[in-house]
Amino acid sequence: MNIILDVRNLSKSFHGLQAVDFVNFEVREGELLALIGPNGAGKSTCFNMLMGQLKPTTGEVFFQGENLVGKYPRQIWRKGVGRTFQITGTYSSMTVVENVQMALMSHRRRIFSIFPYAHKIYKEEAISYLDMVGLADQAERHCAILAYGDLKRLELAIALCHKPTLLLMDEPTAGMAPTERESVMQLTADIVKDQNISVLFTEHDMDVVFGHAHRILVLNRGKLIANGSVDEIRNNPLVQEVYLGGGNLFEVAS
Amino acid sequence: MGLFVAQVLTGLANAAALFLVASGLSLIFGVTRIVNFAHGSFYMLGAFIGYSLMQVLPGMFGFWASVVLAGLAVGVIGVIVEICVLRPVYKAPELFQLVATFGVILVIQDLALLTWGADDVLGPRAPGLKGIVRIMDEPVPKYDLALIAITPFILFGLWYLIARTRVGILVRAATQDREMVGALGVNQAWLFTGVFFLGATLAGLGGAIQLPKGGADLLMDFNILAAIFVVVVIGGMGSLPGAYVAAVLISVLNVFGVTYLPQSTLVLMFVVMAVVLMIKPYGLFGREEVAGEHGQVGEPERPIKPAGIKVRVLVAVGILLLALLPVFGSSFSQVLTADVIIFCLFAASLHFILGLGGLVSFGHAAYFGGGAYVAALLVSYLQTPMEIAFLLAPVGAGFAAFIIGWLCMRLTGVYFAMLTLAFAQLLWSLVYQWGEFTGGDDGLVDIWPSEWLNSTTPYYYFTLVFGIGGILLLRHVAHSPFGYALRASRDSARQAEATGINTKRVQWLAFTFAGAVAGLSGALFVFSKGSVFPTELEVARSFDALIVIFLGGVKTLSGAIVGGASLEYAKDFLTRFEYWRLTLGLIIIFVVILAPEGISGTLRKLAERIGIMKDPDSNHSKIRNPAVNAKAHTRENTRENTREDP
Repeated sequence: MNIILDVRNLSKSFHGLQAVDFVNFEVREGELLALIGPNGAGKSTCFNMLMGQLKPTTGEVFFQGENLVGKYPRQIWRKGVGRTFQITGTYSSMTVVENVQMALMSHRRRIFSIFPYAHKIYKEEAISYLDMVGLADQAERHCAILAYGDLKRLELAIALCHKPTLLLMDEPTAGMAPTERESVMQLTADIVKDQNISVLFTEHDMDVVFGHAHRILVLNRGKLIANGSVDEIRNNPLVQEVYLGGGNLFEVAS
Repeated sequence: MGLFVAQVLTGLANAAALFLVASGLSLIFGVTRIVNFAHGSFYMLGAFIGYSLMQVLPGMFGFWASVVLAGLAVGVIGVIVEICVLRPVYKAPELFQLVATFGVILVIQDLALLTWGADDVLGPRAPGLKGIVRIMDEPVPKYDLALIAITPFILFGLWYLIARTRVGILVRAATQDREMVGALGVNQAWLFTGVFFLGATLAGLGGAIQLPKGGADLLMDFNILAAIFVVVVIGGMGSLPGAYVAAVLISVLNVFGVTYLPQSTLVLMFVVMAVVLMIKPYGLFGREEVAGEHGQVGEPERPIKPAGIKVRVLVAVGILLLALLPVFGSSFSQVLTADVIIFCLFAASLHFILGLGGLVSFGHAAYFGGGAYVAALLVSYLQTPMEIAFLLAPVGAGFAAFIIGWLCMRLTGVYFAMLTLAFAQLLWSLVYQWGEFTGGDDGLVDIWPSEWLNSTTPYYYFTLVFGIGGILLLRHVAHSPFGYALRASRDSARQAEATGINTKRVQWLAFTFAGAVAGLSGALFVFSKGSVFPTELEVARSFDALIVIFLGGVKTLSGAIVGGASLEYAKDFLTRFEYWRLTLGLIIIFVVILAPEGISGTLRKLAERIGIMKDPDSNHSKIRNPAVNAKAHTRENTRENTREDP
């Protein structure tokens, strides 16, 4: 399988605290790769370095052979890397469909044009993306009054707009009720499979992780302590130690 | 050497009052997030009240008792202002309170005029400290030395209060996260009132303590306002030592400026501020403001839609009526309406960056006056035909906005606002003090339009075409992809950057565009008046536009127009009366309290309630899913809720 993202010797220290400690891994084509670990393990730091929000202390991030380190988030996005946030970031003064249209306008490099009416262009296409995530019936609603779970779906629709090769999702189901978590994650899995998008995601909900990930990375105190298939991770004594201080776990994964 | 030392000492003494007033402003801003424009008025009241008390209380004890009592009296006035004017509007959109404090300025100005009369009063000299001391052969007033000695104690006292006492802990906690402090059982309302008391007291003390050096007059409120904002920003918002260092820096530099570079005095402190902010974006001792730290106040802005057919017809009828004005109106009504249109265009250009872009500029007059001066200079020196000068004015103003915008873009929030103010003041003082080129205080005169426009009615039509045209252009751009990108950059810069939008570039270009349109309004202005003076570049001019945007409603596209037209016509009517400031100030305060979403936003709400207009949000959910609307009001809880898909 082709390697989409190759992370080499990535590390970050904040005033002497080694938040991410020489991490190596790769994302392969078409896979759903989960990055898990306890709070403070360095997952979000890792993510922010991949997306260009933080500058790594050392290391390289190759996306389809090109080094992303030192590039701005918007440049990385243009290369075909999409992302969703742990805490949603949407345009609260616009309607739901306009949020998606905005991403399409940016993708087609139309944000500096002043002639057309923005609410008209790419509307059908935007609605088709909303349809994909089950929000089409709310397209004309004011984004600010959307329920939180729907905001997460909207972010997913926005992230799909530029047909990314790789999608980075920071806790895609954070703050959701259990039933909704499952439906959102299933939806994500179906879409990325359909469009052949590779996904790297972080998650705290083990049902979600073990139910959907193809492969799992485990971070603890900035170090990558395990990397393997779902079963390998489930039975890895080191991982069990980190999460529960021993004992068997993750039995009920659906 | 002796002169040098003496000047440093004078500067240090001048810093005392500046520090007192600035630290009060800094405290109030830190805790309540209110940019208190009325702080200069508190300072003025301190001076006048102190003066009156000193007439009654004799001797050395009387002098110092008067200073303290004046401070406390102003503190009480501050409390009254806070309870009556600001408390009702804490929930209003950010910076809305600024408009309320502007109303307070006007009211206090006229009340002071009523009480103390129009003449300047000379402060009494402090008993026991009347003479001078010779230091290295240079005379230094004893009172200066007393001030220099007292100020560090005040600094220490304040620092102790903030850093070491329980009250100080509450104040600092509220500065960082006032919602959390409220959740922990602290009565926020009284904390705010208490801070206002303290801040106003400090301003009053500052006013009273400088009496022997400066006296009291009715202009001192505006005269100190710019300086204290500069001090607070240079020192870093919320930092007391920072305010002290900055006050000393500004005062000492000012004394030297007067001696060695007299033509630089107006601009000096703004140059210092611009340099400091470009090197240290959060002031000397300030810390970075985390975006969104204080949460959004008020309802989120509604989505915008181009006007429907009904509104278009209504606007067309309105324009037609304006076009018919010369038929049935007097020549005076044409001049007045042209003035209103010019002002509305200027306000609308500021609304473009402030409302849609979330970029608060305190110095937008730079581009209005800039455009006017570009046209005037071209006509005066190069005998440029009016038509060409008129078209080059927006280009010149846009260019200025392009350069200044580039320099300001790395800052955000209040710091951005202050840097735009600094550059506007820089331009103003350049025009003011470079007399041989710009005419200085005398302005540039004899700038009349070409023959075919040179009477009231043709120029009225000219203004109508370009004024309304400019406003419609701004509106159209607001609905274009560029306008949307600007709103996206304001709503969530994080998401915008993560989806390929260069937010800073979008904002920079919007700033330039708004500057160019302001320049257009300036050009219309200069040819209608036939002259231009430095006042067109002043802070007061910038604030005029700022005020009407908030009065009209910052969250509606029509806000600037509605506010601009209302205020201009109201001013024209009210200035015929003697105490018009008092009336206007009270009207502003009442509008602010009764219509916290601005005139236009409140009218829309009203129209929705009685059913003339539809509320898009509630209407939609009534059809689709009534449960969702109820949820919208408890959005915080929805994180834990499950939404059943139909």
